[in-house]
Amino acid sequence: MSVKQESWGTRVGLVLAMAGNAVGLGNFLRFPVQAVQNGGGAFIIPYLICFLLMGIPLLWIEWSMGRYGGRFGNHSTPFILDNMTKKRLWKYFGVFGIFTNIAVAAYYCYIESWTMSYVYHSVMQTFVGMDQNAVAKFFTTYVDIEKSTTGIPYEAIVFYLVCLSLNIYILSRGLSGGVEKVAKIGMPLLILFGIFLAIKSVSMGHAGACADCDSALGLNFLWQPQFDSLTNPKVWLAAAGQIFFTLSVGMGTIHCYAAYVRSKDDIALNAMSAGWMNGFVEIVLGASIVIPIAAGYLGLEWVKENAGFSMAFQTMPYLFQQWGSVLSVVGGVMWFGLLFFAGITSSLAMGTPWMGFMKDEFNWSRNKSALTFGALTLAMGLPTVYFYNEGVFGEYDYWAGTVSLVIFALAEVILFGWVFGIDKGWKELNSGADIKVPGVFKPIIKYVTPLLLLFVFVASLITPKDNDWNKAITQGWELDASSIIGQIQNKGVIVNRDYFADNYQSAVAGIVTSVETTGTRHIIVIGSAESEKPVATYKFKKDKSVSVSEGQEISVGDIVAKGSFTHNIFYTDMARLFLLSLFLFLCFLVYRATVLREKNGRI
Amino acid sequence: MTTSAIITMVVVQVIVTIITAYFFYKVLTTPPRAEPDSFSENDDEQR
Repeated sequence: MSVKQESWGTRVGLVLAMAGNAVGLGNFLRFPVQAVQNGGGAFIIPYLICFLLMGIPLLWIEWSMGRYGGRFGNHSTPFILDNMTKKRLWKYFGVFGIFTNIAVAAYYCYIESWTMSYVYHSVMQTFVGMDQNAVAKFFTTYVDIEKSTTGIPYEAIVFYLVCLSLNIYILSRGLSGGVEKVAKIGMPLLILFGIFLAIKSVSMGHAGACADCDSALGLNFLWQPQFDSLTNPKVWLAAAGQIFFTLSVGMGTIHCYAAYVRSKDDIALNAMSAGWMNGFVEIVLGASIVIPIAAGYLGLEWVKENAGFSMAFQTMPYLFQQWGSVLSVVGGVMWFGLLFFAGITSSLAMGTPWMGFMKDEFNWSRNKSALTFGALTLAMGLPTVYFYNEGVFGEYDYWAGTVSLVIFALAEVILFGWVFGIDKGWKELNSGADIKVPGVFKPIIKYVTPLLLLFVFVASLITPKDNDWNKAITQGWELDASSIIGQIQNKGVIVNRDYFADNYQSAVAGIVTSVETTGTRHIIVIGSAESEKPVATYKFKKDKSVSVSEGQEISVGDIVAKGSFTHNIFYTDMARLFLLSLFLFLCFLVYRATVLREKNGRI
Repeated sequence: MTTSAIITMVVVQVIVTIITAYFFYKVLTTPPRAEPDSFSENDDEQR
C-alpha cells in the first residue's frame, strides 16, 4: 500500500496558510500599541523601512531554505540547516525551529481559548449591563482557574482543552485536508470581519462623554508624522521588533510550509503575497480598530495611559456594549472571531514542524505526531494556565516567543548569506520565480539584514535603563531589568527574592488605603503617598495574617503579610527550567535522528 | 485629524492595499506549472 505524501492542495491555499501563519493576535493588539508607545505617526516610517530591509529578506531566506531542504526530504529546521552546511553543529540551531513552536503554542493556544470563550460570552450577552470595571474584572475572574464565569468547573481549562483538541484534529487531517482548509475559510472571514470593524470604528467620531472622546483623535495620534522621533534608537528597535514578530520569522514554520514546495515552483512571489497580506491586515485593519474605538469612547488620554494587550479582553467587550443590543453581539462575535481565526491559523503552523520532524526521522503517522504535539503542548501549557498570575505565561513569552526567535533568525541569515553562500542562496530564491527579484536585495540579504538583526539582538541583550539610549550613551550604561542580561539576573525582582518565605514584602512604597477580608481572602490596597491613587493590590488567602493597617505608610520591602509563602520567582525559575528541559529533550531527539540517519546511510 | 495625518494614513494604507492586491492577483492569474507540481488539486490533469 502506498502512503500518500503530504502536499498542498492549491497555490492560493499555500499563500493563505502562510499569511495565516503570519497574521496573529499581534497584528491587532501589538502593532497599534507599539505605534502608540513609540510616537504615533513617527513609528510607521521605521516600520516600513525595517519591513524592506529585514522583513522581506527574512521571508525570502526562510522560503528558500525550506524549499531547498524539502528537495532532500527534510521538513523541519534541524535537518534543513544541516543540509546546507558540512558543519554538523548547525542542526542544533535548527532545534529552535521546533522548540519555539511547542513552547509558544503552549501559551498561544491558551489565548486562543480565551477568544473562543469570549465569542461564546458575546453570543450569550454576558457583558450586557456591565460597566468598564466589571468587564475588566470578568477577565481576571476568568483566568483565575478556581473561579467560573459560566458555572462550568475549571472553565478556563475546559476551553483550553477544547481549543487544543481542535488544533490536534485539524493537524491530523494533514496540510491540504486540514491546515489549508482552515486558512481558506479563516483568512477571508478574518479580513471581512476586520473591514466591518474598521469601517465602524473609523466612522464613529465623537462617541463618549469626555471632551477628547473622538475616534478621529485616535487615528490622528496614530498617523500624525513626528519626524523628530526618527533619531531615537528606541523607536527603530521597536519597529524592527514588530516586523520580526508580525511576520512569524525566526520560528521555523515558514521553512516547514515551504519544504512542501517543489523546486520548479515559485517561492519569490508567494512570499511577497503572504508577507504583504500580513502587512495589509496589520497596517490597514489592525491600526483602524482598537485605538480609534477606545479613543472614541474613553478618550485619547485614556488610550495613551492604558494601551496594551489586555484591552482586547478587558475593554473591548464594554465598548461593544455601547453599540446597542444587536450590534454589540455582532461586534463581539466579529472581534473575538477575528482574533480566533488569527490565532488558530498561527497555532496550526506551530504544529507542523514537529509533525514534519517526526515523520521524516521516525516515520510517525500524522495522527501519532498530532497527538504527541498536543500532549507536549498540554504538558508545557498547563503551568501557564495554573500559574498565569504568578508570571509563568510571561516567562514563556519572553524566552520562547521573543529571545529564541532573534537567536534563530540571526543564525539562519548568517548561514544563508555566508555559510551556504549568497550566490547559491540567490539562485535558490530565483529558481522558478514568477517575479523578478530586484538585484539590490542580494547585498541587503548578505550585509544589511544580518547587521540589523545583530543590532536587535545586542540591543535586547544590553537594553539601557528605562530604554533611554541617549542617557546611556552620554552618562554611563546601566542595564534595564527588561534586558536579556537583566532578566537572567532577575533584576526586576526587588523584593520577595527567596523561593519560600514566612513573610511577604511590598514591592511599592505608599499608604495602605484599605485592608479588607472577603470570604476567603485578605485584600490590601496600597495607594500613592501623594494622591492615594491605587498603585498595588495584594490578595492573600485567609490562612495568612495581615501585618499592616489602614493609613499606615510603608516603604519598598516592608512586610505586609505573614504566613507560608511561595514567591513568584520560584514559578518563573521553574518555567525557565521547563523550557530548558524541552530544548534539551529536542536536542536529544535530533541526536537520535542523526544516529539513525548514519545507520541508514542517509548521511 | 490634521491634514498631514490624513495624508500619511491615506498614502500608506492605499499603497499597502495596492501592493497586496497586486501580488495576490499575480498569484491567482499566473498559469500553473506542468505536472508534477507542488499542488495536489490538479494531479488528475495529464502529465
